[in-house]
Order: sequence, then structure tokens, then C-alpha cells
Amino acid sequence: MSPAKRAAEVSGLYVRFVGDAEVLEHIVERREGAKVPKGSVQKLLALKEDQGPQECEGSVGEQDYLDALGTGATAGEEDGGGGGGGSSGPGGSAVFTFQTAKRSHKMAQMASEMARAPGRTVTFCSPGSPEAAGSPSRGSRGAAGETRTPPKGRKVRFVSSTPHRLRKRLAAPNLRSESDSDLSPSHSEDEEDDDEEEREEKEELREAELTTPSKVAAAALYRTPAKKPKKGLEPSLVEEYFTAHASSKVTTSDRTLQKLQTPKLDQETLARLLDGKPSSYADEINQLNKEHEKFFSKWMLQLQLGFNVLLYGLGSKKPLLERFRTSRLLGVTHLVVNGFFPSITLKSILNSITVEVLEHQGSFRSPVEQMDFIMKSLRQDPSLQVYLVIHNIDGPMLRSEKTQQALGQLASLTNVHVLASIDHINAPLVWDQAKLSLFNWLWYETTTYLPYAEETSYENSLLVQQSGALALSSLTHVLRSLTPNARGIFRLLAEFQLESRDNPSYSGLSFQEFYQRCREAFLVNSDVTLRTQLTEFRDHKLIRTKKGADSVEYLLIPVDPATLTDFLEKEDAQ
Amino acid sequence: INQFYLSHKCVHCSSASGHFVFFIIYATRSLIIQIHQFILQEDLNKKMLDGLLEFVKKSAASFWCRDDDWMSRMRASEIPTAALVLGVNMPDHTITFESMTELLHDSLTPFVASVQAKECTAMKQLMQKVLQRLMGTNVMVDEDEAEADLGFHTRDCPQKRVNCSLSALCDWYQSATKKSPVKSPRKRLSSSQSEFLQSPPVVVIFRDLEAFSPQVLQDFILVCSQYVHQLPLVFIFGIATSPSTIQRMLPHSVSSLLCIELFQSLSCTQHLATIIDKLFLTSKFHFKFSAKVLQVLVGIFLYHDFSVCNFIKGLQLSLLEHFHSQPLSVLCCHKQEALVHAQQLNDRDGCVMKSQTSLLHHPQGVCQKLLKSLHKYHKNFYPALRCLHVLTSILPKYPLGKQIRELYVLCLEKKVWETQEYDSAMQLIRMLAKDELVTCLQKCVEILTFCKSKKLKKVGQQLQDITYTLYASTIKCINHLHHPYSSFNYSFQTLLEMKECRRTRRKTPYEILRNAVVDYIDNLVKTHLYPPESQPLYEVWYYSSSGTVRRHLNATPRTSIQTALSHPYCYLQNEALKNDSGIISSAAPDICIIYKLHLECGRLINLYDWLEAYATVATAAEGKDPSAIEGGKVDELKHARFIRAVSELEFLGFVKSTKQKTDHVARLTWGGC
Repeated sequence: MSPAKRAAEVSGLYVRFVGDAEVLEHIVERREGAKVPKGSVQKLLALKEDQGPQECEGSVGEQDYLDALGTGATAGEEDGGGGGGGSSGPGGSAVFTFQTAKRSHKMAQMASEMARAPGRTVTFCSPGSPEAAGSPSRGSRGAAGETRTPPKGRKVRFVSSTPHRLRKRLAAPNLRSESDSDLSPSHSEDEEDDDEEEREEKEELREAELTTPSKVAAAALYRTPAKKPKKGLEPSLVEEYFTAHASSKVTTSDRTLQKLQTPKLDQETLARLLDGKPSSYADEINQLNKEHEKFFSKWMLQLQLGFNVLLYGLGSKKPLLERFRTSRLLGVTHLVVNGFFPSITLKSILNSITVEVLEHQGSFRSPVEQMDFIMKSLRQDPSLQVYLVIHNIDGPMLRSEKTQQALGQLASLTNVHVLASIDHINAPLVWDQAKLSLFNWLWYETTTYLPYAEETSYENSLLVQQSGALALSSLTHVLRSLTPNARGIFRLLAEFQLESRDNPSYSGLSFQEFYQRCREAFLVNSDVTLRTQLTEFRDHKLIRTKKGADSVEYLLIPVDPATLTDFLEKEDAQ
Repeated sequence: INQFYLSHKCVHCSSASGHFVFFIIYATRSLIIQIHQFILQEDLNKKMLDGLLEFVKKSAASFWCRDDDWMSRMRASEIPTAALVLGVNMPDHTITFESMTELLHDSLTPFVASVQAKECTAMKQLMQKVLQRLMGTNVMVDEDEAEADLGFHTRDCPQKRVNCSLSALCDWYQSATKKSPVKSPRKRLSSSQSEFLQSPPVVVIFRDLEAFSPQVLQDFILVCSQYVHQLPLVFIFGIATSPSTIQRMLPHSVSSLLCIELFQSLSCTQHLATIIDKLFLTSKFHFKFSAKVLQVLVGIFLYHDFSVCNFIKGLQLSLLEHFHSQPLSVLCCHKQEALVHAQQLNDRDGCVMKSQTSLLHHPQGVCQKLLKSLHKYHKNFYPALRCLHVLTSILPKYPLGKQIRELYVLCLEKKVWETQEYDSAMQLIRMLAKDELVTCLQKCVEILTFCKSKKLKKVGQQLQDITYTLYASTIKCINHLHHPYSSFNYSFQTLLEMKECRRTRRKTPYEILRNAVVDYIDNLVKTHLYPPESQPLYEVWYYSSSGTVRRHLNATPRTSIQTALSHPYCYLQNEALKNDSGIISSAAPDICIIYKLHLECGRLINLYDWLEAYATVATAAEGKDPSAIEGGKVDELKHARFIRAVSELEFLGFVKSTKQKTDHVARLTWGGC
């Protein structure tokens, strides 16, 4: 909201048109303001002089706000101690800037820099390094890369990066001589355009190499495109963003984890390896957590007074909440919700409230009805105090609008007290103004630095080998209880799926085809029998059905090929 | 009642710690706040609600006694509609709507249905909700499986089975009103029944008009307009932005079916101003904010949500914090009580008192005297502040702020007369035209004579005398009546210049008097507007931890996480981690190293390279030579630690797995290095 508009609201008379440019300027200044309050306040003062008397209120308010934020930050340092360090960290500009194109080689370089001075501090490759400063020839070459065929020496207003591939090609020979790192762009859909572009680039490349081949190539390797605009006008952040996203290609090395001698660890080995290895800063982390525990009585008080407590900060907050639970909540009714659990649903939360807390045996046909029932019963019985401890209220299954709305409605009841934690960096986006007012949060920063052992164990990390032990045992268990015919049907589907494992566009076996095959194998005699059989599979979550574009049903076993092979082998062995 | 219950609980749970006195006071105090808040809310919206009530009454009356003239016949085919412009913060409206429904229920009609856009995404649902709420029964929707669950209900109670249509509503309304007296489907069977009109209007409230789908709204209005002769329908639209929304959402053919009357509620900024005025600028309410806390809360209000409720929440939080953290807060209550508490405190432990910085230079045992002087100080402070505001709020460019809260903050922060703004304000006052000055002074006199302090009453008396003299003086010098300076067109600069050239001239009697007045006011300010920090025992009334309030209400979780990742020393005070900005030591926790490395990458990150880089750093941190590791050989433990750190980053939302390229992850944040 611009000051002009706010002023208009106050006076009720004055409305001023505010152009885009002005708004942008305003935003940029605020951004800087977050980092260096002093400077921006001066700027705002200058702004104030330009504006008419009607706007005073707005701009003065703004200055106040920045002042308040600034003073707040210092106050935070004063009384925050260890926990209040948040204010001294990177300002908004550091956190929310746009990405600039990166040198592909930089990570390794940085690692070696860090390694060269173990235990000591290492600076990054400083931005003002001589290579990066750039020579005139480079500047015009950058322009060539961007605008294809510009006249030499023409001032280019905005140049942010040369196409990655140009840089790649310049860099590649140089790199190969040093290491075996081979770079290639990630492949994207627009293959047709590629050839044309490449031809163009080749021509430019030849042209470039004619001038100062060796020197340019070396310089190009160290070029940080963000530096260049200094010569021209400062590009706006928006433009930078679009440049960073202009090309769909990203140059990274082609090496894969297959090169490792132990390519993948499974979950168990991982747990075994990490277990019992004390963190390097165990004492400090312990102390940090002790600090947080001092808040327990305050949390309890605030919960009872109608606030709800929300914890944020790096590190797993589950142990902390657990300690709170065991020390304060043992005597009272409480419910623990593991929001990070991949199969948690609103229904299961509501069910445990109705069944465990309210001891109601009936069933409900919709969550809305269940909510109404819970709200009504809790309102009727104000002496029943329920504490909800929600680990990761921002968990993937709880993110939906409806779930949060329902949780908010629960939280707004006077006898429901919610203590929750968030971890995802964009978690606050889950709540809009209305939900925030329902939740009535008090935010607490509890940085613990504890590993997210339990929270991440459910994630299907691509680094961890899925052993599939669980899926396999459930498969065999369920199938063992079925008729031989049913087993045959499933087997048929599994074999077909394995056959087409190399086909990336495989979306499942169509029902008609499946029926044909089953008939041929004398497994079913009508499609009704097959359908009843499939319903049973579906109920046990053995198969999944998908409607294709042609509205034909496709059947799929949601298990990875390796597990499926294991399963078939086991079956054969029996 | 609820609050009492909570306070009781509170006392119960914390009596062991012996702090319970604080909580009793806290609880009563929050009760007071809530009551204040409710009174304010009622008062502020009273005008609007009264108007609305009048409107509904009138339209209901006109429904029955139709005159035969052309105008009323034209009107009769339109649905009377009240458009309430309520302001952008939607959660705050809840209270307004609740009190409105209550009011309508109590005095006009039992037939009130309030609907929200969220529950009415289609015409059918809207109809169903309206009927359900009006008739108090479950409404059967014919056809379709999606609503089958409603059919289930009607099976339980088949006698209540009603078709979901307006004609059904008409029939129901006829039968409901035929019974005399009118029987409300809901509770309220008390005496208020008889007060209802013979045929009470049917009120439908659309809480958030902007969120409704235009098509649904249009259909509903079209259908309703067909029944307007049988049902005395009245619509109420809750609008957050501007009345032109109605034109935007409804085509002319539909909006012409409505007879719209506009009601404007008090804007939220005015609402805030009233709250600050009633709660803080008075000596009756003893809890105060320091300048910074007030600035933070007002900042959150103006720049984040425009929510008065959130401001009240901030107030409650600070109250709680104050009573929780400040031992002297026990004295923050009415004078008599405070004196008793002070006596107890003196007897029990003087060391609490001693520890307060503001009491350093005072001997022990003078607490009661100091408390009295604190009360007296506040009695004088606020009238003086108001006087100064009256004088400065008419000055061009508002050197001391347009709103009284700005002046208040200024006075809380430092000695206001030492600021440059104050000087320029005084100079501008010295140039005021006579009529302006006289009106201001009269206002000041009013403020001062109504205040409780004897001292200030005397000041008011004197000021009144001066005003009279001023009034009389003008008869002598007429040529100064039309002072050009009062005009807002003149900039400050020119005013000063003009003043400069006047200096050489002899002063008129008016000018001399005016200077005397300004000096008098200046003196008033200098005696009474000392910042509270100068007062001993100011901690009793003032809550000053702005950082706490900001952290709890306006937190920045992402910054906190990013700080923890890039500057671990902020949280872990270990010398090995200590260093300057932008640098991280190789001995940092794994996740910090991984994070720092990932900042060096573009949109995609090669996991192998990442692992290798991490292994290099980790090996170095162990004190081994990093060049010793060969390609492809990473020790198992390091691999495991790497996996854990990467999945933690994934969990935090910094990276995600991608299928664009094998063994790559995509980066989800921009910049950061």
C-alpha cells in the first residue's frame, strides 16, 4: 500500500495516482531498508520533502515503522541473548534476492577453498576479483552473446548472462585439461530449436575465437554475469529473475552416483551409521535446548489464556515438544499429531478426537459433520480441556486449505489448546489472514540444531535405496490369503508390468486387455468376476487404477520393479 | 465469564510458585480490556447498526402498507439491500456481524440467515444454507449424489423433509407468521416476541460479498426477485473494499432489482485511534507501552493487517509478559490497592525494589511516596499532551504528527521540547492567526478544566483569562485579523522569511499576547511532558520489551532458518564457529556446510559433485589431507551424513528431487550468497 493511498484513507479527500515506477522504487527502498535502516530512513526523508502535506502521515509512519523495526532488532539483541540472534542475521535482501546464473565449477572450487584452511575461516571468491572486473573486449563479447549480432562498441543497456552453452563451450576444453569433469546441459523438450541456436552460437564462437581466443576463454570461465551490468544501467531485480530463468538449460556435470563404489545406502544402514555418533557441538546444542525448556511454564500459561503456541527455527522440535508433553501434559487430555507422517489425514485426526477424547462411537459421513459435532460437544463442556500437540503442522498432508481451516476452527475453541511446530521455509504461506486470526498464534523461535531423524525417515530420498522390505512383506501377506486364481491374476499383471519396465510412457494395463489375457489363461470367465477381484486388490491397495485420456481404465501396481521381481522370485520358489 | 474461568484455572496452576497475585491482577486487567473493547466496538458501530436497523424496519413496513402511488409500486418490485462497507480486514468483521445478528434477532425479526462465500460455491448450496438457517431444519435437496448425505438426515426425521426451493420457504413463512404470536424457530421465546412486527422481514446476510461467485449471486437475486411480493426479503451485503464491487459483480439487469442503501462503518484507522485514545491516553488505565512497543504494534497494524483484533492481541500479550516478567508489576493497579501492595512488598523483600534501575538514587522505603507521585505525573501528563496536540495538529505539515499517537510516541521517547520538530512547531504557532489560536485555546481550556488534577485546572483558568484578553485585543488592531500565514499555501520557508522582516517592526499587542501564550504553553509542556523514563518506578506501569512483542507476533521463520544455516555462531557459541560475515568454517555442522555449498549452484545440483565437495570439506575438518581421497571413494559415514543433511534440506524446502536429469536435485530458493 502506498503512502498516498493510506493518506487518502485518513483524509478521505486526497487521492493520488501512483505509477509503477514509483511503486517499484518504493519496494526496492524498503528492501534496502531492512538491511541498513539508517540509509533508508534518510531516503524516506528525502521522499517526504517532495510530497505534499497530505502525505506526511504516511511517510512519517513509514519512518516510524523502520525505526521501530530497527530498534526492535537492537532490543532483540539486548534481551534475546542466544535465542534472539535472528535479528542480526542476513537482512531481507540476502534472503530474498533472485538467483544469478552460477559458474558450474564453483562448488568444487569453494569446497577446496574451505578445505585448504581446515578449522579456520575461508572467504569466498571475492566478487571484486581481477578476473571478474572484466576487460572491455569481454564486455562487448558478452553483448555479442546476448543480442546475437550487435555493432561493436555499442552500449548494451542490460546484459546479464551469456547463454550457458556458449560459456560451456568456451570452458569445456579448459576444464577437460584439468579434470575429467564433462559438462552438458540438461535435456529439455525443445530439441528442435536447439540445432538452430547451436549453429548460430558456433558462428559467434568462431568470430570470438578469431579475436583473442586464449585469453577470452580463460576469462569466460571466471565470469560472473551479475557483475557486468555495472557498466550499463543497473538492471532491475525483475529482469534479473527472468534472465536467470530465460533458458531452460542448466549446465551441470554429467557424473552420477553410479560412480561411487557404494552407490546407495538403505535406510537401515543409514540409521546404523548415524546412530550414536555425537554431534560436534553437543554441548552448545544441549545448552540451546535447555534455554528453550525455560519457556515451558510460560507456554502453559499462554495456552491456558487462549493463545496457541507455534515453534519455528532450524532443527527438529519433536524432542522439545515431547519433553514439554511429558513434563506438563501428563495429567491432562492431550493428543499428539505427527504432521510429517505421510499418510496422516484430517479424518484420522478428527476420528481420534471423537473416539479417544469425546468417546463417541458413532460414525460420520463427512468431515464437516464431524467438525460440527466436535465443536458442539466441546462448547457444551467447557471443563474439558484438550491439548493438541502437532509436530509439523505444515506437513505435506496437512497443507491443504480445508485441513488448515478445520484445524483453525479447532484451535479457536476456548478449551482446545494447540502447540505446533513448523519447519518448511514457506510454511507461513499456508495461512491467510482469516486462518491466522483463528489460530491466534504466538510465535516462538526454537532453533535446536537437532537432526530431523524421524521427520526425514519417511521421505523417499533419492539417495536412500528403498529396500522395499515393507512393501514386499505386505504383498506376500495379502496374496497368501487369496485364492489361487486371484494370485494368478495378480501375477499376470505383475509380469506385464515388469515386461514394460523400460517403457517410460507405460501407464498401466488397460482393463480390456487385462480381461483378454485373464480369459486366455483361464483365470476368469466373465468381466464381472475380474471386476470383483480387482475391487478386492484395490481395497488392499495392491493395485491402483487410473483413467486415461480415452477414459479407459488402466491398472498399475504401485511398487517399484525391483520389489516386484523379488516378489515373483519368491512366489516361484514356493 | 469465560475469562474468569480462565483466571481461576491460572491461579490454580501457578499458586505453587507463589506468583498468583500477578495473575489475579492480570486476569482482571484482561477482563477490563475485553469490556473496554466491547464497549468501543458497540459504540463505534452503533451509528451504523442503528441506521441499518431503521432501514430494515422501514423496508419491512413498506412491504405491508403499500401506497398506491407510482413510486412505491416501483419500489415494491425491488429487494431492499443494505451495503455495509466494513474495511479490508475480514476476521475483524466477525464481531460486527455477530452483534448485528443479535440486534436483529432481539428487536426486529427471528428470520435472519447469515451466509459466507466459502460454504456456498453453487446456487444449490446457497439456497440450501439460507433455507436451513431460516427454518432451522435440514433441507432436502432433490436429485444428485453429491448431496446425498442430506437425504440421509431427512430419513431420520421425515416430517421435517422440505423441498429446497423458495416456494417452500414462502409456504413455510406463511404458516409461521399465521400463528400468533410469531413463533421463532430458534430459542428466544421471551417477551421480545410480541415486539416483532406482524410479519417480520426475512434477512439474508452475505458476509463477504467479494468472495461470492457472481453467477451464483445473480441467480439467487433473480430467483428471489420473483418472490418479493410474497416474502419481505431484505439483503445485507458485507463489503470489504468499495461499493463499486456491486456494480462490478452484478450486471445492470440484476442490480436494478435491488434497492441499495449504503452504510459506512468507521475505518479501522479511526477505530485504532479511538482505542489508543481510550486505553492509553488516560490515567485510569495503568498499563502503558513504551514508545518502541507502541511503534511495533502500530507498525504491524498499518503495514501488515489493519486488524484491530490483532492490536488487542498484542496488548494482551504485552500485559501477560509484563505481569510475568516484571516483579514490580504487582503495583500496576489502582492507587489504593497499589499502596497496600507496596506496603507488603516493603515488608517482604526490599531487594526487588532495589534491583530496579529507576530506584537507584532513592532511599529504601519511599516506595509509597514515589507511587503517589507516579499517579500524579500521569494525571498531569495526558491533559498536557492533549493540549499540545490540539495546538500542533492544525499546523501546516504537522511537524509533531497529525495523529495524537505520533505526538505521544515522541513524548514517550524523549524530552519533546528538545527536538527540532518541537521548535519549528512553536515557531509556527507564533505565526497563527488570531481566530485559529483562539479556537485552539478554547479547546485546551475545555480539556484542562475537565481534568482531575487541581494544578491543571488552575492552568486552565489562567489560559481562559488569556484567551479573553486575546479576544479583546483584536478590537484594537483590526489589520491583523486577516493574517496571511494561516493559509496552508504558504510554505514554511516563506513564513520564516516573512517573520524575519517583521522583526524589525514594532510588535502589535496581539503579537505580544500571542508570544505570551506560546511561552505559557511551552512552560506547560516543560513541566508536565517529561518522558516517563525520568520518573522513578516507571517500570511499574510501562512495558518496554518491543523485541519480545515483535518476535511473538510478527515472526520471520525463514530468516531464522537461514541465519541458523549461514551463521551458526549466532546460536552455537563455540569459538570454532566464530568468524566474520559471509564466511563459514569447515568445522560447522553438516547441514550448514551442505547449505553453503548448495548456494554455489544454479537451478540444478549434481548430487555426485555435491557429495564430493562435501567429502573434501569434511575430510579437511578432520585434519586429514583432502587431496588424499580419490574419485568415487567416499567413506560410508560421510556418505550417510551427507544423505541426512541433504534430506534435511529437502525437508526444509530448499531443494527437491527432480527427474530432469539423473541424480540431480532442483534448487528452490534464489540468491542467498
